[in-house]
Amino acid sequence: MSFKIIASQCTQCGACEFECPSTAVKFKGESYVIDADKCTECEGAFDAQQCASVCPVPNTCVPA
Amino acid sequence: MSAPIVSLEPLTSTTTFDKLRPLAKSGGCASSSCGVSGKPDNVDPAVWGKIKDHPCFSEEAHHYFARMHVAVAPACNIQCNYCNRKYDCANESRPGVVSEKLTPDQALRKVIAVANEVPQLSVLGIAGPGDACYDWKKTKTTFEYVRKEIPDLKLCISTNGLALPDHVPELADMDVEHVTITINMVDPQVGAKIYPWIFFDQRRYTGIEAARILHERQMLGLEMLSARGILTKINSVMIPRVNDDHLIEVNKWVKERGAFLHNVMPLISDPAHGTHYGLSGQRGPNAMEMKALQDRLEGGAQLMRHCRQCRADAVGLLGEDRGQEFTLDRISGDVTYDANKREAYREVVAHERRDHVAAKSQAIGQVKAADSRKPLLFAVATRGGSRINEHFGHAEEFHVYEASSRGIGFVGHRKVELYCLGGWAEKATLGGVIAALEGIDIVLCAKIGNCPKDQLAEAGIRAIDAYSHDYIETAISALYTAEFGVQPLAATA
Repeated sequence: MSFKIIASQCTQCGACEFECPSTAVKFKGESYVIDADKCTECEGAFDAQQCASVCPVPNTCVPA
Repeated sequence: MSAPIVSLEPLTSTTTFDKLRPLAKSGGCASSSCGVSGKPDNVDPAVWGKIKDHPCFSEEAHHYFARMHVAVAPACNIQCNYCNRKYDCANESRPGVVSEKLTPDQALRKVIAVANEVPQLSVLGIAGPGDACYDWKKTKTTFEYVRKEIPDLKLCISTNGLALPDHVPELADMDVEHVTITINMVDPQVGAKIYPWIFFDQRRYTGIEAARILHERQMLGLEMLSARGILTKINSVMIPRVNDDHLIEVNKWVKERGAFLHNVMPLISDPAHGTHYGLSGQRGPNAMEMKALQDRLEGGAQLMRHCRQCRADAVGLLGEDRGQEFTLDRISGDVTYDANKREAYREVVAHERRDHVAAKSQAIGQVKAADSRKPLLFAVATRGGSRINEHFGHAEEFHVYEASSRGIGFVGHRKVELYCLGGWAEKATLGGVIAALEGIDIVLCAKIGNCPKDQLAEAGIRAIDAYSHDYIETAISALYTAEFGVQPLAATA
């Protein structure tokens, strides 16, 4: 139950970080990374995963 | 020609007002008796106070003042078909492109470094990549840092408008006096062809619904800004057969809602940029299509004609980009703001502008008095200060002016390939320059060699360097009145 970010396609805009309701997204090294332990796929918080909804690059923020 | 001979160029390399002041010696206007503020006659004094130092909001100011952008807000809440968020290249020059993103701390250091080196600096803008209102915390933090260190620097943002209504009160509190909103449509049917999706209210919207929400938020944001007296510039990307005719409607809507300026820009579309439009073959408009649309928009919201579609990390006067001089690796760890250079420059400019306004007013009067129906188009090589002070071979662009019975008006810019490379003028390039100067009657420059002068003459263009370092309008007036049999303009005020 988690999403992940394909690092090679990430533009490092950081929108996912501040939209995440679970503070599961952090900038590490060269790209943003989702902490699988913290990610809830926004269940109970929002209808759609916030990170995937705001990500500007198709197929970059996807189910792990 | 006995117009005052001053170049603002040396001012940028000296550091104290005492050294600067003698450089501003002028043709008899030192007593300030001719014009108090340098304000053009047709501008409201309250508005003039806000725009007189902003190069993007005032064509007159862009001869003297520079802006810088810091890319601190990379997150965006919409997707536009002319934008590819993955693309980034230091050699590209167009909106949204940067070579490095900055944290608010890094941005502050960069702003101080630039303010110490570029005395013309008057405006700090946050203009992408991303949206300054959506990535609000970083925008706000950056502005707070900079305001503390350099209180007189004007703060300015560009936004797509979707998150704008949420932050108008804070913008007003921070004394942000200039906001640019990119508005490409007022009809969601048109918008759906430009915006594939928006992220709003914690979800993604697509199609007409997305465009409708964006449109409503843009209009609300514009109205809120106008109600608070914040000046707005509306940027519209002209996309042939998508929104070109529709921009006339956009102009009406934004004028009704108090927009100060409307800036219609040509779509930049290249498959190599990887944008939807680039990849799908949507072309941008050519110069004649742009001019035709701008002419149709005359009489509506006032048009900005001096935009150069600069990068999101541009530094310097509008026609130049010194951004590469101020990358993070070139900024030393400790930077302290030194106000002397900017203050000295501003004093000299205030004096110089009074002088210029008087000279310009007299020149325009002479041209009107000539009462000729025939307009003349002038292409001017200038590096600022409203003077003819650039060599023909060093000009990367020409400022185009039209003289007619209506006076002297700025028309726009013509970009050219650099003709003189390392002292050797290239014949092949001159062909390109001549093509770019199509329709121009007279070229005014500080200096031109006989060879290019003759080649221009063969193409029907007169090149004149006799007015070197004179005010642009003074020279135009002298030539125009000479051409049409009226006494040429004598010394300026």
